[in-house]
Amino acid sequence: MNESVVIQKGGVEQPDASTMLEMFRRMLLIRAMESTLKDLFASGEIGGTLHLGIGQEGVQVGVCTNLRKDDYITATHRGHGECLAKGADINEMMAEFLGKSSGVCKGRAGDMHVADFKVGDIAATPIVGSGLPIAVGAALSAKMRGTDQVAVPFFGDGANNQGTFHESLNLASIWKLPVVFVCENNLYAESTRITDTTPVKIAERASSYAMPGVQVDGMDVLQVYSAARTAVHRARSGGGPTLIEALTYRYEGHESGDPAHTYRSDQEVQAWMKRDPIILFKNSLESMGVLSDEASNLEIEARRKVESALNLARQASAGGARDAISGVFSVASY
Amino acid sequence: MEQQQQITKTKEITYREAITEALYEEMERDSRVFLMGEDLRVFFGGGPLGVTPSEKFLKRFGPERVRDTPISEASFIGAGVGAAITGMKPVVELMFVDFAGVCFDQLTNNAGKLRYIMAGQYNVPLVVRTTIGAGSSFAAVHSQALYALFAHSPGLKIVVPSTAADAKGLLKTAIRDNDPVIFFEHRGLYNVKSQVPTEEYTTPFGVADVKRKGKDVTIVAIAAMVQRALEAADILQKRDNISAEVIDPRTLVPLDEKAILDSVARTSRLVVVDEDYERCSMASEIAAMVASKGFGNLKAPIKTVATPTVPIPYSKELEHSILPNAEKISVAAREVVSYDS
Repeated sequence: MNESVVIQKGGVEQPDASTMLEMFRRMLLIRAMESTLKDLFASGEIGGTLHLGIGQEGVQVGVCTNLRKDDYITATHRGHGECLAKGADINEMMAEFLGKSSGVCKGRAGDMHVADFKVGDIAATPIVGSGLPIAVGAALSAKMRGTDQVAVPFFGDGANNQGTFHESLNLASIWKLPVVFVCENNLYAESTRITDTTPVKIAERASSYAMPGVQVDGMDVLQVYSAARTAVHRARSGGGPTLIEALTYRYEGHESGDPAHTYRSDQEVQAWMKRDPIILFKNSLESMGVLSDEASNLEIEARRKVESALNLARQASAGGARDAISGVFSVASY
Repeated sequence: MEQQQQITKTKEITYREAITEALYEEMERDSRVFLMGEDLRVFFGGGPLGVTPSEKFLKRFGPERVRDTPISEASFIGAGVGAAITGMKPVVELMFVDFAGVCFDQLTNNAGKLRYIMAGQYNVPLVVRTTIGAGSSFAAVHSQALYALFAHSPGLKIVVPSTAADAKGLLKTAIRDNDPVIFFEHRGLYNVKSQVPTEEYTTPFGVADVKRKGKDVTIVAIAAMVQRALEAADILQKRDNISAEVIDPRTLVPLDEKAILDSVARTSRLVVVDEDYERCSMASEIAAMVASKGFGNLKAPIKTVATPTVPIPYSKELEHSILPNAEKISVAAREVVSYDS
């Protein structure tokens, strides 16, 4: 690994080599976590439902690399990767998926709600579009408190036809708030294709709210990084909000066990997988000389971290009835 | 209340003025407190409800802290949640509770549940002020009470003041509280005057107030129904020589069960008065609570006087025919008192 390489690529601002390596590690860690969760769900070790974001790591890491720990995000029902990209601890994440009291939300959140406020992830809101207003409020709060924090609501293409999407862009624009709206457009809202629901590019919606709208290749983490860097800088320096639409793809179904083949073809899935964000990034890093042949070692390292987190989680306790009824309010329960 | 008993000096102000004073004092006290809602700055001289007069609020605190919003309840209530979590103390106005339909997710799923879901990683110190109440020919979707909907959903504190003094003290408590509070103001009470302490005070949540002492029957009444119940108590005393005790829970979550049960232990008879729809109401909730925890003290079946579960009609005659009033309450009280087992 060569962390001192300076990269210039097409005039676009790029992270330095050590940052890129850290980004690559985070993407591998998210992929390893999601793959492990897939196995755990298949074997029945974790129940409920499971919304995997395998294939979308480039968007999550490309954006969050531009954020400070004290910046805010809100995540979606497919928000595991967003939370980990923001800096959450893998041990606390895995314990949460196993429903353990050592989990980041003590087993109350699980797949659809997991979020870690220690790293600025305010909430994962599995009601589609529900998190955008919260992020707008966090940005308003930052502005009123006189900080330069930025808020990033992540949402999917499905959210772009919810009222809260439009209301939130409008509010952020009229109040010139430090928000970077990030749409992970994976083309399908559950099973319904974007072309059946949305007559324009999602990024074009920005023009109605007098803010920049940018569409990027979400499989190219460096392109995402660059667009997010510009938007975060604009937000942080008082320039107001931006809408980023990142074109991406989820390799799995909407939720684990859904018959994804009924609404999309194998050819389509294969074509997207050929542009896998981790493989594309690995190739770039190798061609830039940042990585030589260590990629497989880094992948093993990521898997080991997840495996170790899983072992810790398996040993932890799950809490009991007292835990289930406590903490609704900040003082003794009513 | 203890706090209020220590206070000797009072002044007479309206329920509206009491809310204005509470907001103003808390904004002076804590720079994190700010207002957000529709038409707060100048409409009707300061808010559609006239509680934020511009010469006080906009002039003193400026447009940053007195924030007019677009008609986008879902986003500005949600923004209140986000601001509350991240260090501010927003007081958001939802002009009519009937508008909650478009922001129900933000209120119940986000404001109410996030603290629990996140295992206490943060608090959500949000106040949503809203208005309730029928009687003005505002018809089906500008006349409801609906507090039972929010009492049903976990994580929200529910406040229903019936007097100026309670409105002021409870709103100050709401703003200082660390949890989400929905503060229900009854539009029929805004111009009603009552005595309010001149000194600084707050009124605790979960402590009912005995608005009138009595020994023959307990009447638990909510918000504007407290006034109707007091009128009924007068009628009962004069006409039938029945002594009714009127209890105002003041907050529905938390509910002062003990005060209600103690009163029923003395009177053995209970009428619950509620302007909300009768089905799955606070009236039925309080009746069920007493039936299950105070059954041994009851000498008659519990009666509820509530609005039948139909949309509120426009016509004055139709509307008034379905609302609880002093006459209906006194009839119910007479029935439970004369019940012969």
